Amino acid sequence: MTDLMDPLATGSRYDRLIQPDKVHGSLYTSPEIFAEELAKIWYRTWVYVGHESEIAQPGDYVRKKLALQDIIMTRAKDGGVHLLLNRCAHRGNQVCDDARGNANSFRCPYHGWTYRNTGELLGYPYHQGYGGRNRLDLGLGAVPRVESYQGFVFGSFAADGPSLAEHLGAAAGELDRLARLSPEGRVELTAGWLKHRTRANWKLLAENETDGYHPQFVHGSIFSVTDSPIGPLYSEKSTAVVRDLDGGHSENDLRPEFRRFAEPMRWFGTTADRVPDYAAAMRAAYGDAADQIMIEGGPHVMIFPNLFVAEIQVFNIQPVAVGECVQYSTAVQLAGAGKLNQRLISQAIGSIGPAGMLLADDTEMYERNQRGIEARDPEWLNISRGMARERTDENGFTVGAATDEVGMRGFWSHYQQLMETE
Amino acid sequence: MTTLDTGSRTQAALDRQAVEQFLYLEARLADENDYDGWEALWTDDALYWVPADSAGSDPLTSVSIIYDNRRRIGTRLKQLRTGKRYAQAPPSRMRRMISNIEILGVTETGDTEVGANFLLLEARARGTQLWGGRTTYRLRAAGGGLRLSYKKVVLVDLDQPVPTLGFLL
Repeated sequence: MTDLMDPLATGSRYDRLIQPDKVHGSLYTSPEIFAEELAKIWYRTWVYVGHESEIAQPGDYVRKKLALQDIIMTRAKDGGVHLLLNRCAHRGNQVCDDARGNANSFRCPYHGWTYRNTGELLGYPYHQGYGGRNRLDLGLGAVPRVESYQGFVFGSFAADGPSLAEHLGAAAGELDRLARLSPEGRVELTAGWLKHRTRANWKLLAENETDGYHPQFVHGSIFSVTDSPIGPLYSEKSTAVVRDLDGGHSENDLRPEFRRFAEPMRWFGTTADRVPDYAAAMRAAYGDAADQIMIEGGPHVMIFPNLFVAEIQVFNIQPVAVGECVQYSTAVQLAGAGKLNQRLISQAIGSIGPAGMLLADDTEMYERNQRGIEARDPEWLNISRGMARERTDENGFTVGAATDEVGMRGFWSHYQQLMETE
Repeated sequence: MTTLDTGSRTQAALDRQAVEQFLYLEARLADENDYDGWEALWTDDALYWVPADSAGSDPLTSVSIIYDNRRRIGTRLKQLRTGKRYAQAPPSRMRRMISNIEILGVTETGDTEVGANFLLLEARARGTQLWGGRTTYRLRAAGGGLRLSYKKVVLVDLDQPVPTLGFLL
């Protein structure tokens, strides 16, 4: 072993584990590092939890996960969104059993304590035992900061810190791009969630989402039998780029390829003529800009640490343990897109989830990768691809060729910064 | 929802033994990753459906684990045959039990609807996984044998996270 844990070595622990061209295997296998990630990333920074369209009406609620935390995402009477912790303030029982519903209050089944859907304690039976009503200053725990962008709800367990806008930075523009695919400028995530149990560290997924090197190999089987145009987007000759958006976010910017063809809806594997109602609605909504929007298509962006938007699919990655996570995935629904939404669902479920013809193979790779990393030698994972040819674009972001590991290097740089913050 | 004629006024349900033999054959072909044999069982208007979340989910407005028409069944099998469908390369080793077989009636299109429970043991490098649930089949007499026009598999844990399901369920 190298001197990674040598107390006499200089620099921080993460300085040694994360180097410009390589990262140490223990980052994926150490329970201690996972515990530290929970404290310094998952229970501190902004984490994607759900979407406002899942709780459209006052009183609506849906159960979610934020890392290991069981969360009730609620819509209060005033329309506000709350992320409540599913734990009675009395004895710690879970106050909400149903996966979703509509309720203005939650009643703990254990001793009947009742809470408003904002978390406030409404009452407790046999109140004389506490000296009367309204004597207890107790309520459900809540994620202290909740903000949303384009309906995507994020929570931060840090009472103070960067705003969501600061956290998202340039990645916010990618969610705007997604929303612009809707004639009404609005995305809905109302098609339910596939839940894919994955025996791999969550970071293998985050790194893979904008890795343009793997698709030709991992997905060659489905590309070859469907004559898919996706493969060439990630070839050596592709004009697409991978971009480090800072803040640990990254994207595969496929627009250069789609602009080259300049065919509206090519990104969706069809033509505007074949989806005439959608194309008409887009042109009515966006005028001359509509065709360019339909040419450029959806974003392919990984938003640190756990939101991945793959054109028409959204993934919410939540860790379970150092070697296990769950991928929650769904089809994007575009408000005002009419029948196209059914096609979005059909196309998405061909690709994503436990049986998806793309994601099942990615997930097989994650799991084999996790087992592979248990090997003692070599200790490192190499992330150097494209270091010698990366450049800075007109907006100051680092970009690389379609198959380069620019996104991973950006991920690790941000990760290191968070892990070194006490 | 298809209405079931449980009487025999229009068309009699298939013989129980023929139904059972067909279910066992379909199960064995799937267990043994016999992609050609399994594909040959389906009718041209086939539907192969594994819902997510709840058995009553609307497959047109919500995501399913699998919702394949005949064409997509074909694509799925073509991908498997490449030998590079890594979720099934190497393939899982499996055996499934089918029981509680009930002949439920005859659909409007004359197919015999059958319900059955199953337990399936799947072994692969990830570990050994137990799958279970209830399947609704629709069988059609065609060409001197039986064909499968519909298979809906409702996993008992369809609302929970499940591992990769790359094999033929």
